Amino acid sequence: MFMAQDLACLRGDRLLFKNVGFELKAGGLLYVLGENGCGKSSLLRMLCGLLMPEQGAVFWGNKKIKEDAESYLPNLTYIGHLNGLKDDLTALENLQISARLAGNDVSSKQALAALTAIGIARCANLPVRVLSQGQKRRVALAMLWLTQSQLWILDEPFAALDVASTEVLASRLGEHMSNGGMTIITTHQDVSISALTTQTLRLSA
Amino acid sequence: MKTAWTNAWLTVLKRDLLLALRRRSDIATTLFFFVIVSSLFPLGIGPEPAVLSSIAPGVLWVAALLAGMISLSRLFSADFTDGTLEQMLLAPEPLALLVTAKILAHWLVCGLPVVLLAPLIGLQYALPNEALLVLVYSLLLGTPTLSLIGAIGAALTLGVRGSGLLVALLVLPLYIPALIFGAGAVAASQHGMSAQAHLSLLAACSLLSLVLAPLATAAALRISVE
Repeated sequence: MFMAQDLACLRGDRLLFKNVGFELKAGGLLYVLGENGCGKSSLLRMLCGLLMPEQGAVFWGNKKIKEDAESYLPNLTYIGHLNGLKDDLTALENLQISARLAGNDVSSKQALAALTAIGIARCANLPVRVLSQGQKRRVALAMLWLTQSQLWILDEPFAALDVASTEVLASRLGEHMSNGGMTIITTHQDVSISALTTQTLRLSA
Repeated sequence: MKTAWTNAWLTVLKRDLLLALRRRSDIATTLFFFVIVSSLFPLGIGPEPAVLSSIAPGVLWVAALLAGMISLSRLFSADFTDGTLEQMLLAPEPLALLVTAKILAHWLVCGLPVVLLAPLIGLQYALPNEALLVLVYSLLLGTPTLSLIGAIGAALTLGVRGSGLLVALLVLPLYIPALIFGAGAVAASQHGMSAQAHLSLLAACSLLSLVLAPLATAAALRISVE
């Protein structure tokens, strides 16, 4: 179970949001909605532990994530605004390195299978530098076919994706939830994702 | 658990070395900087062997400090802008551990070549063989301190405008002990004394910074990413 209680976010001297809380159970999907600049990304970074909340706390199981990072982080996959890819490495190298860093020792065959799943296998051996925005995004998202973590936090995963890959990703998210996973996403697109429970959190200034 | 830590550590080390290999110009700049700066002094001061060999320890050590420093601002900035730093922060392994892998890669790419090149440059300064050997030892023991302390500065100035100059202001004063003991070791051997004490102190500096710097760097990175 993943839970946030009474979160508040202060950037500079501007209060982005306060009293934000939710509870997410296995198989649950949480949409974080709101206009640009209302703190969606900040909230997601807070849920990962990258940003300290001004107030409130985030719980994994019944422990605060700050106090028990060792049991939280292996269960977390976060794909933020930035793709976390090295321009000078190939798509395949990038994916393998990201997976290993997340504590997941994947073979190049498994990594290639993940790239195939999101339809980008033919770019596997190209340096990421030459890929388009959407292709880079897909390389980063290919991680979702390799990870075994239960909680996925995705910041605008559908941005820059074409229609076909949007569907592939949506069905992967559905599969994750049906296996008891949890997902928190922000999106501006209208994509249908199947989940046991779907919640919506609307941030407003 | 332990094998997972080793795996992640090796992954970071290999990745950084691979990246350095793909952008060889970065290594070349550091090395050429060291060669050029240390070659300018003999040209400017004149070919008097006695004068040259007496300034050699200080000049070579300062050149090594500056060469190591120009590459420092690159240590975390690329990871910061492309998002790999965030992923490192969220890795299940302790950040301080992964940071040591990055620092080691930085030293192998920017520090070690300087150590290996130093005796060649030392010849320009009419240093006797024995002093050349001590110079190599002192740099070998001292340059890791430079990378370790430099990493704290690089982490603190991450994402700050004009960070290159700021790193220099932050870090150069902290390099003073290494400079004193390093240059002192070479000077001692030139005067026929044992360099042992200086070298031991340099090694102590390196060990101390090996223990403390990764922790400080990790803490600074967490603040910078926020």
